Amino acid sequence: MNTFDSIIIGAGPAGLKAADTLANFNRKVLLIDTDAKIGGKLNLWDRLFPDFSSSQELLNQLSKNINNENVTLKLNTNIISIKNNDNHWMATDSNGNTFYATTMIIATGFDVFDAHRKEEYGYGIYKNVITSVDLEKILSGEVSIETPSKVAFIQCVGSRDEKVGNNFCSKNCCICAVKQTIELKEKFPLTDIYCFYMDLRMFGQSYEELYRRSQQDYGVNFVRGRVSEISPTMDNKVVLKAEDTLLSRPLKLTADLVVLMVGMEASKGTKILGNQLNINNTDGFVKSTDRYLSDSETTLKGLFVTGTSKRQMSIPETMNDAVNAAVIVNNFLNTL
Amino acid sequence: MISFGFSLNTSRTIDIDADNFDKCHSLINHVPSYKRCIGCGGCAATCSAQQHSQFNILKCNLLFRRGEYDTLSNELDKCMLCGKCLLVCPRNVNTRAMIISMRNLLKTK
Amino acid sequence: MDINMYNPFIVPFAFGVIVLFINLFIAFVSWIYHLDKQQSKHVLKNIISFKTIAAIWEALRECIFHRNIFKRNPVLGYMHLCFAFGWLALIVVGKMEAVAYVGEYWTNPWLAIFLRFFEDGRAFPHKEVYAFVMDLLLTFVLSGLLLALIKRVYSQLLGMKKTTKHTPSDRIALISLWCIFPLRLLAESATAAIKHNGGFLTQSLGNLLANLPIEHFVLPLWWAYSIALCLFFIFMPFTRYMHIFSEVLLVFFRKWGVTESEKKTGYTDMEINACSRCGICIDVCQLNTAANFNNVQSVYFIRNAREMVNNTKVINNCLMCNRCVDACPVGIKTTLVRQLFREKDGFNKTNYYDYLNTLSSDNKSKKYSIAYFAGCMSHLTPSIINSMKTIFDKAGENYCFIDEDKNLCCGKPLRQQGFLTQAEALKKHVTEIINQTDADFLVTSCPICYNSFVNEYNELKMPVLHHTQYIDMITTNGKIVLEKKNLSMVYHDPCEISRGCNIYEEPRNVLRKTGNLFSTENEKNDTLCCGGSIADTAIEGTDIEAIAKNTFATLTKSNPDILVTACPLCKKTFMRNNAACVKDISEIVVDSLNID
Repeated sequence: MNTFDSIIIGAGPAGLKAADTLANFNRKVLLIDTDAKIGGKLNLWDRLFPDFSSSQELLNQLSKNINNENVTLKLNTNIISIKNNDNHWMATDSNGNTFYATTMIIATGFDVFDAHRKEEYGYGIYKNVITSVDLEKILSGEVSIETPSKVAFIQCVGSRDEKVGNNFCSKNCCICAVKQTIELKEKFPLTDIYCFYMDLRMFGQSYEELYRRSQQDYGVNFVRGRVSEISPTMDNKVVLKAEDTLLSRPLKLTADLVVLMVGMEASKGTKILGNQLNINNTDGFVKSTDRYLSDSETTLKGLFVTGTSKRQMSIPETMNDAVNAAVIVNNFLNTL
Repeated sequence: MISFGFSLNTSRTIDIDADNFDKCHSLINHVPSYKRCIGCGGCAATCSAQQHSQFNILKCNLLFRRGEYDTLSNELDKCMLCGKCLLVCPRNVNTRAMIISMRNLLKTK
Repeated sequence: MDINMYNPFIVPFAFGVIVLFINLFIAFVSWIYHLDKQQSKHVLKNIISFKTIAAIWEALRECIFHRNIFKRNPVLGYMHLCFAFGWLALIVVGKMEAVAYVGEYWTNPWLAIFLRFFEDGRAFPHKEVYAFVMDLLLTFVLSGLLLALIKRVYSQLLGMKKTTKHTPSDRIALISLWCIFPLRLLAESATAAIKHNGGFLTQSLGNLLANLPIEHFVLPLWWAYSIALCLFFIFMPFTRYMHIFSEVLLVFFRKWGVTESEKKTGYTDMEINACSRCGICIDVCQLNTAANFNNVQSVYFIRNAREMVNNTKVINNCLMCNRCVDACPVGIKTTLVRQLFREKDGFNKTNYYDYLNTLSSDNKSKKYSIAYFAGCMSHLTPSIINSMKTIFDKAGENYCFIDEDKNLCCGKPLRQQGFLTQAEALKKHVTEIINQTDADFLVTSCPICYNSFVNEYNELKMPVLHHTQYIDMITTNGKIVLEKKNLSMVYHDPCEISRGCNIYEEPRNVLRKTGNLFSTENEKNDTLCCGGSIADTAIEGTDIEAIAKNTFATLTKSNPDILVTACPLCKKTFMRNNAACVKDISEIVVDSLNID
């Protein structure tokens, strides 16, 4: 019988942490993910800001308790519909299997913005235009490149941009870019790095310090101006056009590598479930009932939400939010 | 006469207290989106006229917002209205309508 | 003239007719007087030619029989036919009957209208036939009136989702118009009840009325009929019904080769007054169907223009996609008229865009086969530029890229906004720069530039091709060979090259060679605007998105793999919905090239 105390959809950091916490409360948990492995978007990053700790190390810590008898893990499982039947939640996958539980936690997370949608930056057209996710593979050594002489980072690709329908700030890209410029500089000390930004938002603990270090210790150049277009040169480099808004003068830069700092959108799964259950915001993320007092609850009884399916979060925030959701779910189960 | 009092170089100062904001307010009625600008400079970077001249659409917007209309009229004549700025603006500012309205407002004394 | 055939009730009618003709005379003379030199030249050249006969034929066909409205919707066409043809026939047959009755040609002019009242019962040739025909025509007009009443209440029956809103003077004219024919029916029937001179309709009704004390009502009814006519005639020149006469005038002047000029002229007034406010343009306007603007359509803009209430919010709110121009049964060039109303006064320096003087193309040592002008917007869709470069290389062209480093605007956006002096200045500079290349062909990727080069640039020294035409040319003559792939595609016609320049087959020829092309609901000259048109400065980003979404949904109903277009602006606008499946025709071609 496929009956659980809670079904958690999404085995990323939020899902793993929530499953772990609930298992410690002795609750039977089903953890589902469409992917073939756990970790979700954590797998896309090599090291984490702001302290350069390893993402795989964190993932190992998170998955240590997943082999617990209380947790059932189902990978490669694509949930296509969720229904509530007589105070029980049913999740049906694409193979027609149905799972039952008293509660359900949405931890479907975010997707990185598809940079093809900002065509003027030439992602997919010029080989030397990559995204921050692609850069992680270079930084981890998975992909090797020749030493670039100039690298440009472009902030807010797919964030704070009404033209792609994302009016929000993705909040993690600023600090992520700073982290990556430092890593890149460590890998290629002779490379000149230019980071184009609209506003730099260094609000988290030790973010500002990292920004400071990138300027002072690593000599990263920050240019306030949004790059408008990128065109090719004869020798297979690219030219960026921007306005140096602090000097009120146009600026151009020939780069060997351009890194697009892609933003965080509600993931496809989040959007589908949110739509199906009618609990989504206009920006696609799932809406909690009250961000101050009941941030894990949704308007549907027994349905909870955690992590980046709600809004953009850093990994520490996600961890806390997942624990919070697990406690709330446990309390809810206690009242039944 | 030598004055030892506190003074600033008036020619460079944007004097919010002395400037007249009538036109600036009237532009909001015509083009409500123009105050949404966050000054990212995307428009100025892509601008066709900028590639041939000193024209700076972002600066025009900012000067207008600060009530500094003096040099604007000649500046605005350089715009070709091609519309590239409209396509790159992340805040969906109706840049062309803004330019046209500014031109009209500056024409009327 | 027979003094016996007079009654005071004809005075209002006569007064109305005289006022109407004075008004018409003043209006017509003023319009003709305000034609500009070029326009007058056309008229003088063509007035004595077959074009006049063609104009007569067109006036009959459109102003009386309303063929274009018929084609659009038969019921609506019938309604207009009832009023126009029915009423005219009533006057003509009425005159013939009066002539037959009196026995001489010069009868009292009002007899054609009021003969039943003055008839004394004597026999005249074909008396019964006339009575029958006149009643038949009256029935015909009344049936149209019935439809008009239904249309007011339930417009969908006549194929219209929305119908025009009225002004107060329109309302008076409309009510008097609606009263005219029922009053005529009643007046004639009442007379028939006493004199027994009616046809099948008036006599039958008259027989019914005979039971009432009808003799007291005869004269008041004829008075009412005459006053209704009088009211209608007096108000007519100030209402939509002015189109009845202006439309005829417009047909003639248009046939004589008159077109809109750079500035407002008498011809503009003719166009404005020829609008019947039928409202057909409302339903085809995407600002109405997709973005919920209900007061900016051509019919309302033209009404404002006639009433001289200039509202920039309305004037500026037009995508200039020309869907309404295509649909207009009168053939008014509504978007051109709107462009004239956008004209900006007081901007007429002589040195606009002098900063372009320093530009010149590079060495002239080699001869170019192609001068490529990407257009401003293409620089934001590098896929198009990249693909075009690949295609030029593959086709072995020796090309120069005019606006590779520095963008140039063709001037169309300025023209659309009414900055004519500026547009001309820009045109002069750009013409010079293009001509310096001395290439065999000018190829552009931007439909706006193409339209502008073809229609405005008269001093270019080389033929202009849009890249769809160019690709069609080199695939037809074998310069490049395409491989057909198993892809389902639909093609979106960009407004500026489809309705604007009739480029329909070239892109389709190319696409058929690269994959399976499917047709869509709105294609060719019925194509929809993507919403990204830069002609409209009044709408917000959210409105553009609404239109784009709607058009995208319509185009991709058949779930094709790819939505192909041929315009950087359309591409960028559609990509907001779905980036993966929107491509330019040049990208499709590069994907299908046999790269050795």
